[in-house]
Amino acid sequence: MVHVCFYFQVHQPNRLKKYSFFHIGRDHFYEDDNKNRSILQRVAERCYLPANQLMRDLIERHQGAFRIAFSLTGTVVEQLKKFSPITLDSFKALVDTGCVELLDETYNHSLAFLFSREEFREQVAAHRALMRREFGITPTTFRNTELIYNNDLALEVEKMGYQVILAEGADRIMDWRSPNYCYQPQPCTDLKLLLKNYKLSDDLAFRFSNRSWESYPLSPEKYASWLHAVSGAGETINLFMDYETFGEHQWRESGIFDFMAQLPEQVLRHPDFRFSTPAEVAAATTPTARLDVPDFVSWADQERDLTAWKGNHLQNDALEAVYQMQSDVMATGNEELIHTWRSLQTSDHFYYMCTKWFSDGDVHKYFNPYSSPYDAYINYQNVLADFESQLLSQSHTQKK
Amino acid sequence: MKILMYGWEFPPHISGGLGVACFGLTRALADKGHQITFVVPRLESPDNTPHLDLVGVNQFPLNPASDEQAHFISRQIEALSGTIDTETISSPLSPYLTKEQYLLELQRLEARRDEIRAQQEDENGFMLDMSGDYGPNLMTEIMRYASVAGSIASRVPHDIIHAHDWLTMLAGIEARNISGAPLVVHVHATEFDRSGVQVNQAIYDIERHGMEQADQVIAVSHYTKETLVRHYGISPDKIAVVHNAVTREFAPHATDYQRQTREKVVLFLGRITFQKGPDYFVEAAARVLAARDDVRFVMAGSGDMAPRMIERIAELKLGRKFHFTGFLRGSEVEKIFRESDVYVMPSVSEPFGISPLEAMHYDVPVIISKTSGVAEVLHSALKVDFWDVDELASKILAVLSHEPLRREMIEHGAEELKALQWSTAAIQVTDVYAALKNR
Repeated sequence: MVHVCFYFQVHQPNRLKKYSFFHIGRDHFYEDDNKNRSILQRVAERCYLPANQLMRDLIERHQGAFRIAFSLTGTVVEQLKKFSPITLDSFKALVDTGCVELLDETYNHSLAFLFSREEFREQVAAHRALMRREFGITPTTFRNTELIYNNDLALEVEKMGYQVILAEGADRIMDWRSPNYCYQPQPCTDLKLLLKNYKLSDDLAFRFSNRSWESYPLSPEKYASWLHAVSGAGETINLFMDYETFGEHQWRESGIFDFMAQLPEQVLRHPDFRFSTPAEVAAATTPTARLDVPDFVSWADQERDLTAWKGNHLQNDALEAVYQMQSDVMATGNEELIHTWRSLQTSDHFYYMCTKWFSDGDVHKYFNPYSSPYDAYINYQNVLADFESQLLSQSHTQKK
Repeated sequence: MKILMYGWEFPPHISGGLGVACFGLTRALADKGHQITFVVPRLESPDNTPHLDLVGVNQFPLNPASDEQAHFISRQIEALSGTIDTETISSPLSPYLTKEQYLLELQRLEARRDEIRAQQEDENGFMLDMSGDYGPNLMTEIMRYASVAGSIASRVPHDIIHAHDWLTMLAGIEARNISGAPLVVHVHATEFDRSGVQVNQAIYDIERHGMEQADQVIAVSHYTKETLVRHYGISPDKIAVVHNAVTREFAPHATDYQRQTREKVVLFLGRITFQKGPDYFVEAAARVLAARDDVRFVMAGSGDMAPRMIERIAELKLGRKFHFTGFLRGSEVEKIFRESDVYVMPSVSEPFGISPLEAMHYDVPVIISKTSGVAEVLHSALKVDFWDVDELASKILAVLSHEPLRREMIEHGAEELKALQWSTAAIQVTDVYAALKNR
């Protein structure tokens, strides 16, 4: 039996407004509500709503044989509640079919694990509470922001009670091994590890509409035949990607929706193939080996490491600055300040400061609301300076 | 190929970026195997430039019998839409040279006139006086320069004629009339960059005529190309963009340099004219100083807007923190760069803009106006709308406050400088030449 395991990431950051030095001390609202609303509504219209409809149709048509997983960040759920409640409802309806697994991650799509275990645990707990509150589900599978992963993370996540964790099947950690099996993280005894098959995932997420790609145009039959070729040489094919692949990264005109509408049928023609969610794959397979990953991997860029968020002076400085505030922020006990501080931890803020111009710069530019990484850094530091002044005045009043 | 080039400036006789750019480009073209004859208005000392033949119009004999000069000028004036008063038109380029300096220069030439005549007059003809500077009688000089161009074109063998900026466009056209070789007009700056809205019609007419007549136009940036298309109606297909590069043989880093200023220093260096946006620098300085007072501002250069800037600083009561140095040379320029923490180029219109590259060489982070050609090739610079003084002030404060930002800009800047080579420009110019020859 070979499991085809789709997991879709659903995330939108809270983009900051243009915040100059002269706003500091005068303006305590940092987010660009208009931009966040218009982007969310555009993505909902082009991707979330039609893709949810398609998934729902597929689940109904295949009577439960088509199954998928989502990870929705806390920030995107907040935005959906605020700007597009009908989209949130359509996600809830999908979850209610029973064919959809929800994963846990950090509420704020943050890099907290790299800086503070305590903060990491708090944000995961907040996300878990959110999933329970909004969807009535308690996830058992964990994925960290941008599939950032190493041994230490696996151990921490196991301690938190999760049964499955996801990671990038990067060449660097796989070596000769195949991502198409279930593994066990080196330091763990129960937790299972599922690895992204980046080649087959990226065929859809990045290459689908590329006219200079040798396999363009990709038909459901052809793609299903690639999946079927795994038969006998693997137990699971983990297709992990941004949900925005449908309609946003790959436009509707590319045929991505039609492709997806026909894919399950093509896959299920092979009697040994079925769709499963990560928890189902883990339950149905036993780890084939232990995988030792001392250094961090992620799903970003060519390097598949942390340099997209933590690779230059700007990013390191901004990250240190925001995490240094932890004890002061928590000491205030002020819910609003804590919430603001956490939203300033969203990894996108640091992604915008990336200066890897020449190789992956294009992708960074595409997702970047700033015209330069320097502008991103300056804006962020200005916001942080104001936040710090708020923090100071808060602790001042508390002492009185 | 053999290139006949017409320029107005060439080192060591330069007053701005044009001569520097011409030097860098010609040296790289010579490296590619081109033979260049470079014509300048005036050459006093013998040419000792190894990579090309430098020819001064003032040294070139002209046959008086040909009546070439008068004939040429009348033809050119007819070709243009308006009439040109060669005696009274003043050039907006005059900031390069003050009126006082120009008068002194004319007196000096006048005093030597008899002496020069005696030397020049021989049986072949006589030679023209050219001051080779920018001043009130610039238009006269341009006409005189152009008149000799044909004479030179008939004697110097060449495959291509290459004229730099409006000052030499008429010369280029005249040369082509004589030899029939293809004409390349290279635009380093336009009248719109120099004057803003108060465009000198005569100069505009010459620029437009020159570009219309040219077989190919080269612009130093996409920004300039856009100006040529929008304001001069030149077809975009006729314009190639060749960015400038770093010319100067920079002094080696003196790592042991001891700064004299303890406070942060923000530098403006350039002509204090409308085009360079000095007033936006002053207004931004006021905003920065309102936020923190451990900063000094330096305005280095001279120009017609200097008095107004000084008055404005006095009015703002910032004299204690804002310094005017006047025009700086060689080692003084180097020193002021080494004293600076951030360099600002708030130009209203800058066809290219080489000075940020110079600042970067001295590890000074730069903030540049978006309306500049150099903004197209620099990533490691902060970019602002020149009119947005709040944003400019905010960015100055950011560079001064955040060491990691400064370091990141300097490290990336050093890499980018290495990539900005004249050899790249020379390859592109060679392609232009080759396409013209094969037409």
